[in-house]
Amino acid sequence: MSVAAANELLTATSPPGTAAVRVAGVTKTYGTGDSRTVALKAVEFEARPGELHLVIGPSGCGKTTLLSVVAGTLAWDSGEIEVLGTRLNGMKDSALAAFRGRHIGFIFQQFNLIPTLDLVENVSVPLLLNGVRRAVAERRAAEVLARVGLAEKARRRPKDLSGGQQQRVAIARALVHEPRLIICDEPTSALDSRTGHTIMELLADIARTPGRCVILVTHDPRTYGFASRITEMEDGRVRQEFSGQAIQDFIATHH
Amino acid sequence: MYHLALKMLIADRAKYAMLVGGVAFASLLMTQQNGVFRGLLAWTTSHMRNMRASIWVVEKNVEQVNETKALRDTDVNRVRSVSGVDFAVPLYISVQKARAADGSDKPIQLVGLHGATLVGRPPDVVRGDLEDLRLPNAVFIDELAVQRLSIGRPRPLDIGDTFEINDREARVVGICRTERQFFGYPYVFTTYDQALQYAPRQRKMLSMILAEPKPGLTAEAVARTIEAETGLRAMTVPEFSVATVAFIWRNTGIPASFMTTIILGFIVGIAVSAQTFYSFVLENLRNLGALKAMGATNGLLARLLLLQALTVGLVGYGIGVGLTAMFGFAVLPIGQPPFILDYTSLTITGTAVLLICCIAALLGILKISRLEAAIVFRA
Repeated sequence: MSVAAANELLTATSPPGTAAVRVAGVTKTYGTGDSRTVALKAVEFEARPGELHLVIGPSGCGKTTLLSVVAGTLAWDSGEIEVLGTRLNGMKDSALAAFRGRHIGFIFQQFNLIPTLDLVENVSVPLLLNGVRRAVAERRAAEVLARVGLAEKARRRPKDLSGGQQQRVAIARALVHEPRLIICDEPTSALDSRTGHTIMELLADIARTPGRCVILVTHDPRTYGFASRITEMEDGRVRQEFSGQAIQDFIATHH
Repeated sequence: MYHLALKMLIADRAKYAMLVGGVAFASLLMTQQNGVFRGLLAWTTSHMRNMRASIWVVEKNVEQVNETKALRDTDVNRVRSVSGVDFAVPLYISVQKARAADGSDKPIQLVGLHGATLVGRPPDVVRGDLEDLRLPNAVFIDELAVQRLSIGRPRPLDIGDTFEINDREARVVGICRTERQFFGYPYVFTTYDQALQYAPRQRKMLSMILAEPKPGLTAEAVARTIEAETGLRAMTVPEFSVATVAFIWRNTGIPASFMTTIILGFIVGIAVSAQTFYSFVLENLRNLGALKAMGATNGLLARLLLLQALTVGLVGYGIGVGLTAMFGFAVLPIGQPPFILDYTSLTITGTAVLLICCIAALLGILKISRLEAAIVFRA
């Protein structure tokens, strides 16, 4: 892929829509017979551009399953899912993979950096998956690493970094191809409170980019204060959704 | 992504070494054992390269070139009278005893050539004149005979020296180089009449008849005519070679023994490579799941795994074949064990290694194709 084409990919926008993510009546079950578990029960969920949207709730409430189906990494039983204006229902695996590769950035709980690759190589992966040439991808990866404050460690391996630094690398990897949706799974759970705070500041800053939406699944009450909107789940359903002052009230009441 | 796949493979040095080592060991075992086996098989037909003739006529029940059943002396003239035969000469060949200077008896392959024509003469004369074979008690010996029969002498056996064959004097008039034969006996060439003097007397002494077709006729066609007209068995060199090798396959455990080792090498290669590669995939499962979440398709991941497996295969094959070649260079000057490494062995082993790599990669590919990208969201 040429430099011009790579730039076009990086600045490409998805079809416009009022919601970045719309989930309507989605049900997901695991197992069969006696071991059958309903993880999502006709869930309704919406996330808007420009928001840092937290999904919270106790273990087993369906947060991660919701995240997985929104990301198109897990098949669901019924209901409608629309991401960045694209309906995911009926899409083939290869089309879903291509869609994820172009429009979604991922930040995982365990970072999932490839230990044998250096930071630039790790961060360049999403671009390479989109067909960007190696030299262009690595140059772009180095730029994004600099943005998260890791320019000097660009050729180090993940094992040489602290947990917080590794998560910043993961954030750089999630941002490098300029996706409009970023999905984060417990990004602070493996970090101490100070590092977690720094990471949340970074994510909140990313979410303020026009047209970008960050959905974050978390158990960590220290992250609630950064949210634009919070969806609380319980037993496979959305229990409540709130924003603005209601978030502060929720923090004050519950924690 | 392909360069990153290779880096992921090579950076895990212990696993990479084990993978390459497994394939290299399998390649070494397959090519080396195949080389020795091919060499042994070649030894079984070395008579035909040491006594070159287009048509070999033997008793009708003879199955292979190392076996003799005596013919009648008149059979030579019967073959000569067959239309299409340019000439036919008698050949005597048997295992006899020669006495070394230290008094020990050594088995030798005594070959008696037609005195007038010396048809069946050794192909590579090192020293001496073949015409001298017509002198009384004259013999040409090969380099192995020099080595074996020089025991107890102050210097190696040479032209002018004598030794005994069945208590009769033999005078060395020349030294030749021959291809070793299956039983490992050294060749001693003399004339047909002289050979009959050395060998114990029997009712029939003619071992074989060597013949050539007339110009314009094929050896195959003339061999069939000889068989039809004389009732003897007549074979061309390729036919006799095939019959000899087939006899070895049917009647000895040698092929089974070598094949077992070669198959074991293949199985060890698969076991070590597939298991190590599979554990490599398992260890990287979350990372592969992350790649899948980030947009890598099953097809791309399969290609990456295949590239890794083929890289391991290529490097391991190179090392294994290199070690086999070193073995070859070490043993060829000594002359044993026999060894032939040609493109056929390399192609067969290369195909086997390719199969090993594909099986190893396939296990990983199956695992990945069933892997849900959502695995990365599970703690």
